Amino acid sequence: MNSLSDIAPQPQRLVWQQATVVAITLETPSVKVFRLRPAEWHGFTAGQHVDIRLTAPDGYQAERSFSIASAPDGTGMIDLAIDKIDDGEVSPFFHEVVEIGDEIELRGPIGGHFIWSAGDGGPLLLIAGGSGLVPLMSMLRYRALAAPEIPATLIYSARRNEDLIWRDELFRRATQDPNFTLLATLSRETTPIEGARLGRIDRALLDAALASLPAPPETTFVCGSNRFVSAASTFVLDAGVPFASVRTERYGG
Amino acid sequence: MATRGFLGRRPTDGEGERLPPGQYRTDDFPVLSAGPTPRVALKDWSFTLKDGVRPVMRWDWDAFNQLPQSKLTRDIHCVTKWSKFNTAWSGVMIDDILAEAGIAAPSEFTLAHSYDGYSTNVPTDDLINGKAMVATHFDGKPIIADHGGPARLLVPHLYFWKSAKWVNGLQFTNRDEAGFWELRGYHMRGDPWREQRFTGD
Repeated sequence: MNSLSDIAPQPQRLVWQQATVVAITLETPSVKVFRLRPAEWHGFTAGQHVDIRLTAPDGYQAERSFSIASAPDGTGMIDLAIDKIDDGEVSPFFHEVVEIGDEIELRGPIGGHFIWSAGDGGPLLLIAGGSGLVPLMSMLRYRALAAPEIPATLIYSARRNEDLIWRDELFRRATQDPNFTLLATLSRETTPIEGARLGRIDRALLDAALASLPAPPETTFVCGSNRFVSAASTFVLDAGVPFASVRTERYGG
Repeated sequence: MATRGFLGRRPTDGEGERLPPGQYRTDDFPVLSAGPTPRVALKDWSFTLKDGVRPVMRWDWDAFNQLPQSKLTRDIHCVTKWSKFNTAWSGVMIDDILAEAGIAAPSEFTLAHSYDGYSTNVPTDDLINGKAMVATHFDGKPIIADHGGPARLLVPHLYFWKSAKWVNGLQFTNRDEAGFWELRGYHMRGDPWREQRFTGD
């Protein structure tokens, strides 16, 4: 964490711009994915986020940050996955009001620490709780495009089977990609689900993830709620993974 | 330009003027950090004041807690958009740390250092004259590790990443040297009322 090698080139200034909503997909009962085409976009690094700014007719504004789920793939478009928070201000607007063709104001990309490029190497250990998967999904999709030889393992904890975002894509990648291992765990299911274990993340699951990699992880990325990240990071450190190689991102803030 | 269909949820009376631009109020206390929470035992804790590379004074936990104790109750504002009102802290004012060391602030710039390798740069003017402290208590109780305990810097009038968790030293520097997030695109000063979130804001 003291080294400077993880620092992405930073723009001189982040400018607000309009982005057009070009597709909306309901991925789980509570998560919608919005594909946006910013007016001027010069790419990003997997793991980065954008700031969204919504403006009411009287000038009142609300801002929130959302991680990018898609890979930096040169299309000039980015996917944001937005979890519906019932008592929220911004996420219900996205779920109930936003339509294809709408213009949304954003600026980015932002973030120079919770990021990964092929040049950073591997193996990669990715640990996601719920919608904490989003920035890690960008890394996985980018890795498949740019560096599929780098070993990667994803521990993905969700409440129920139906809450697994990009479920089909993740299982397909795990089947087809010999260097990618998926360890899904479901904390609120009680009956067996094919391809997933039941229960919360624990030390045994962490040990299984480490055993699935041919060498210790170069970098471990942990993303989710604070409670999830605290628990997962403790297992990671207890398993002997060096403190400085673990990067965290916590949401709910 | 207005966003089609967005009405927003207004802050309640008197709340709006306490919210800097782009912020919303939360009553939770979210946790954010670049890495895992470091485990710092009080017997191993120390705080070092440096002028450049030269150590000026160093305190262990017991000695640090003998310094004059002060309280600050302030609104705090995180660059990730949440603000929390009336947070109550106690600890040692930076002014009292300097007085104990017998020095006046020797330069315009300061780097705060932390146990996890984190650093953040703060203009010295933002630390002195009653503006900032090294906090050891929140809401009357020792600060828990997730929130930066045993001790964190508290610079409540700047975005909260400047209030370095797990702080173990202040270093005066001749130049404004970018800290951890500042190297990664975040603002060198971070005044929430001027929305100085990122480089160039």
